[in-house]
Amino acid sequence: MRHLMSPLDFSVEELDKLLDLANDIEKYPDKYAHVCDGKRIATLFYEPSTRTRLSFEAAMMNLGGKVLGFSSASSSSAAKGESVADTIRMASCYADIAAIRHPKEGAPLVASMVSSIPVINAGDGGHQHPTQTLTDLLTIRSLKGRLDHLVIGLCGDLKFGRTVHSLIEALSRYAGVYFVLISPEELRVPSYITEGMRQDNIPYKEVERLEDAIPELDLLYMTRVQKERFFNEEDYVRMKDFYILDKVKMELAGPDMLVLHPLPRVNEIAVEVDSDPRAVYFKQVQYGVYVRMALILTLLELEV
Amino acid sequence: MLNVGAITEGFVLDHIKAGKSMTIYHDLKLDKLDCTVAIIKNARSNKMGKKDIIKVECPIEMLDLDILGFIDHNITVNIIKDEKIVEKKELKLPERIVNVIKCKNPRCITSIEQGLDHVFVLTDPKKEIYRCMYCEQKHRNSK
Repeated sequence: MRHLMSPLDFSVEELDKLLDLANDIEKYPDKYAHVCDGKRIATLFYEPSTRTRLSFEAAMMNLGGKVLGFSSASSSSAAKGESVADTIRMASCYADIAAIRHPKEGAPLVASMVSSIPVINAGDGGHQHPTQTLTDLLTIRSLKGRLDHLVIGLCGDLKFGRTVHSLIEALSRYAGVYFVLISPEELRVPSYITEGMRQDNIPYKEVERLEDAIPELDLLYMTRVQKERFFNEEDYVRMKDFYILDKVKMELAGPDMLVLHPLPRVNEIAVEVDSDPRAVYFKQVQYGVYVRMALILTLLELEV
Repeated sequence: MLNVGAITEGFVLDHIKAGKSMTIYHDLKLDKLDCTVAIIKNARSNKMGKKDIIKVECPIEMLDLDILGFIDHNITVNIIKDEKIVEKKELKLPERIVNVIKCKNPRCITSIEQGLDHVFVLTDPKKEIYRCMYCEQKHRNSK
């Protein structure tokens, strides 16, 4: 039995297979509509996350399965002091697979250690969010046709953004990728990540302005720069517009550059960009459902 | 000079940094063993000036000494049988360390679930980096 804790749990070959399956689901949804008849997913969400939870639930329902679970710690027995291990033991009796979101890092791993059903990490604090990374990879591969030989711009809060860290790790396994890290100095990628990139000879550069970087990018992964992350108001005021993607900046981009965003978007992408065919962040949400469907089938070892 | 007699079977842990012996006593869980243990503090040493020594009289398979590799490479471990040194054990970094160091990350699941073992895994033997098994936080003393 397998669990999914980190995006690197899958080898490149296994990942290819998973993404192939997701693309097949996209093409032939009817073929998969009853594969999970009689199966249940437990969505154990100790903190609210509407998009991720709905995505898992939609994925299971699209496969013909059913859903049970809770959407905040206060509505679960965690409020009474039950351990994660006991909760998953209980859920194992009700469901065939579980997705766990928890504010504490490593909670899904604790669950996987005692669980008799596959456990998916649906986000644990600032640590990992592997199904977001799988979503990003499927979106890129489906719309670009490849995961190698890409110039990838990552923009915004690169220090605290776990989706960015996981995506760098996952894409670093492919040949010819070049990272352009666009952020204010305070919010640069942590040094352990850049050290790892240098060690593995993965080319990257760090720049401060999105406008300077955008013309050379194959894809732009946007994240939000939060005001409270800045050390002083002056820097925030000076730089905040550097990281807002609008029509003017999009004009500097190539015709095939894709814009991705893990969502929720606040103001870092102007609404006027939504209608640009290069803006694919809402398609990304749809790919999130396909990849979670493929993941459920893979972990349940169901074949069509 | 204080004299502590030879042991028949067991371990002599020599060249312990002066003052560290009680920490090692607890880390090796010697307090839980029903056998003779001698702790010598501040013994004279040509190499170190002052050092601590621990002698443990017990069957040699009774102790897991891997943790010593994590605490201090420079400790000499002499394995004694029939009052003679039969082996000088080379210390290696253990792959896993259980309940010796605690994860200090306030966001780690171990911070709220008291029943969990604190497990650290050797992730980079060259740089001697240990990370928490749950949250992957680097142990602070790691180089």
